[in-house]
Amino acid sequence: MGVLMDENSRVVVQGFGGAGQREAMTGRDYGTNIVCGVTPGRGGQTIEGFEVLNTVREAVDKYDANISLIFVPAPFAADAILEAADAGIPTAICITEGIPTLDMMRVKRALAGSKTRLIGPNCPGVINPAARSRAGIMPVDVYLEGSVGVISRSGTLVYEAVDQLTRLGIGQSGSVGVGGDPIIGTSQREALELFEADPDTAAIVLIGEIGGTAEQEAAEYIKQMSKPVVAFIAGATAPPGRRMGHAGAIIAGAAGTAAAKQEALRAAGAAVVENPGDIGSTMQRVLQETGLA
Amino acid sequence: MKLHEYQAKEVLARFGVPVPKGRVANTPDEAEAIAKELGGKVVIKAQAHTGARGKAGGVKVANDPAEAKKYASEIIGMTLVTHQTGPQGLPVNSVLVEEAIDIDREIYLSVAIDNTPGRPVIIASSQGGMDIEEVADKTPEAIVKTLIDPACGFQPYQGRKLAFAVGLDGEHLNAASALIGNVAKAFLESDGVIVEINPLVVTKDGRILAADAKFSIDDNADYRQKDLVALQDRSQEPEKELEAHDAGIQNYVKLDGNIGCLVNGAGLAMATLDALKFAGGDAANFLDIGTANSPDAVVSALKIIGSDPDVKAVLVNIFGGLARTDIIAEGTIQAIKQGFVTQPVVVRLAGTNVELGSKILDESGVDLGRADGFAEAARMAVAAAK
Repeated sequence: MGVLMDENSRVVVQGFGGAGQREAMTGRDYGTNIVCGVTPGRGGQTIEGFEVLNTVREAVDKYDANISLIFVPAPFAADAILEAADAGIPTAICITEGIPTLDMMRVKRALAGSKTRLIGPNCPGVINPAARSRAGIMPVDVYLEGSVGVISRSGTLVYEAVDQLTRLGIGQSGSVGVGGDPIIGTSQREALELFEADPDTAAIVLIGEIGGTAEQEAAEYIKQMSKPVVAFIAGATAPPGRRMGHAGAIIAGAAGTAAAKQEALRAAGAAVVENPGDIGSTMQRVLQETGLA
Repeated sequence: MKLHEYQAKEVLARFGVPVPKGRVANTPDEAEAIAKELGGKVVIKAQAHTGARGKAGGVKVANDPAEAKKYASEIIGMTLVTHQTGPQGLPVNSVLVEEAIDIDREIYLSVAIDNTPGRPVIIASSQGGMDIEEVADKTPEAIVKTLIDPACGFQPYQGRKLAFAVGLDGEHLNAASALIGNVAKAFLESDGVIVEINPLVVTKDGRILAADAKFSIDDNADYRQKDLVALQDRSQEPEKELEAHDAGIQNYVKLDGNIGCLVNGAGLAMATLDALKFAGGDAANFLDIGTANSPDAVVSALKIIGSDPDVKAVLVNIFGGLARTDIIAEGTIQAIKQGFVTQPVVVRLAGTNVELGSKILDESGVDLGRADGFAEAARMAVAAAK
C-alpha cells in the first residue's frame, strides 16, 4: 500500500530537461518504473534510455502512464498540469517553483471535479520506500522502509524529518510534499486523510509553516484521526510581513503565526515539536507511548 | 513587489476606479505647481511603503500652494519611522499632492487570495479607516466577503451584495458595485497579491473615491508584469536585499541577529532560524539558495553574508535534494579562500552527494566547524558567534 504510489505506478516525466532527466535516472536506479519523458517537439528521441514523446496523451496511450512528474518551467507549468489532466492522468506531481498564483487559481478551478489529483506545485514529490517508487526530487538514501508517513509544505524539511527518523531506526511508509505555494492541489488535511486510510501507516509527521490557515484546517481533521501525529511549524522566529522564501510563508494575520498554528495542533491532540532538531526523537517517544514501536 | 500609493492609484484609475485628483511631486516646487493646478486645499502625503504615515508626520493638509511647498520640503527627504518600518525607517523621496476631500463616510475594501479555496476574495467593511485585523477581532460581523470564481470572474451581483452590506445603497449602488468590479479586475489583470483601499470614502458632495491604496504584485509574475515591475522604487528595499537580488538570489531577507545563514529550501531555512533561537542565538538573515546549480551561486551568496557587518559567524545548512552538496562545498571553500568570508564557518551537509561534498571539505585545508545534525550545527554556530 502506501499513499499515492506503489509497485504499479508508471511515471511519465513532463519537461524532460536537465533536472527531469537527472531525477528520472535517480528514480529508475531506486526501482521506480519511469516509463518515458515528454517534451513537446522532441518526440522520437531517446535520452539516457528513456523514450521522449511529444504529448502526455501519447504517454498514456503507449505506456499506460498513471503519474506525471512535472518539471516544466514556471511560465508554462499551468499548461503542463492541465495537459496531464486532459490526458486522464490520475496523479500529477508538480515540482516547479515560481508559478504565478493566479495561474494556480485557474488550474485549481479547472481540476475541481476532474479525476486528476494534483500534488504541489513547488514541492519535492512523493515516495513509497516499500515499493521503491519515487516521483520527486528527494534524496533516496535517507529513507528507510517502515510505517511513519511524512507530510510537509517544505521539501528540505521532509528530508530533514526523514533523516532524523531513519537515524533512530524508524522507517517511513512514505512522504508527501504538498508544496510551499499559496494555492496547492492537495492540502495538508487531504494528505493526512490519505495516510489515515493507509494500512501500512501507523503514525504521521506533519510539517507546516507560517502563513495561511492550512495547519488549522489539518488540526480540525487530526481531532478525528485514529493515528498519532507529530507536528512542527517552521518560521516561529520569522518577522511578520516578510515573505520567507515560499510565496505562502508570510505572516499576514494572527492566524498565520506559528504560535496560532501550534496552539490549534496541540488542541487537536498532535504532539507539537518546537525545536526542529527534535522531530525524530518526539516521534520515537510517541510510538513508545502508544505502543506502536 | 509593493507599489507606492500614487502608483497604486494610477493603476486603479486605469481600470476605472475613481481616485482623488492629484499627482506625485519629487520636489517642493513641483508640489507647489500641482497645488496651484488643483486649487484650494490640498493634502501632501509622503510616499513610502508603510501605513500609519499620518501619525509619523508624513501627511499634512496645506491651505494654499505656498504651504504645499513648505510641507513638501519638510516631508521630502525625511525618514519615516512607523511600527511597520522598524527603527531604521524608510526614506521619503516624493509626495502625493491631492485635492483635500470632505469625507462623509469611510469604507474598507480589499481583494486578496484566499488560499484554501484557491480563489480571490473581496473583503469589505463599513468600518473603514481602521486596521482591518482590529475590526475582524472586535466586530467580525462588520466584515463581508465574497469569492470570485476564476471561471466566470467577478459578477455584478457580488458587487451589489457587498455594496448593500456596507451601506452603499440607494444612489451609490451602481457606482459602488462597478467600482468593486473594477478593483477586482485590476487585481486579476495585474497579478495582485493584495489590493487594499482603506478608506474608500463617500465625500460630502456624493462622490465615491479611493482615498488611500495599497497594491502588491506577485513576484512570480514579474515576467509578465514588466510595466508594473518597472515602477519598483529600490529606495524602499533594504540594501542587502537589493544586493542579493542583483546577484540572482531571490530569497534573502535581512534580519536582526549575528549569525549569517546559507540554507537550501525555504522550510529548512526557516527551521534553521528557529533552531538558532533554541540554541540561544539569532540569525542575521534568511537565505534560501535553492538548487544552486554552480559554485558561483554559492560564492555570491556567501559574499553577501560575509560582507554584512552584523555577521559574526556563518552557518551553512544544506540537505541536498535537487541541490548537490558537492557544489555547495565547492562554493563554500572558494568563498573562504577568496576572502569573502572571514568569520568562523560551520557547515552541515546531508543528502545528495554528501560523501563527495564531505570529501571536498576534508581535503580543502580550510578550517571549518563541521556538524552532522541540525541541532548540533545550530549550537556550534551560536558558540562561534560569541
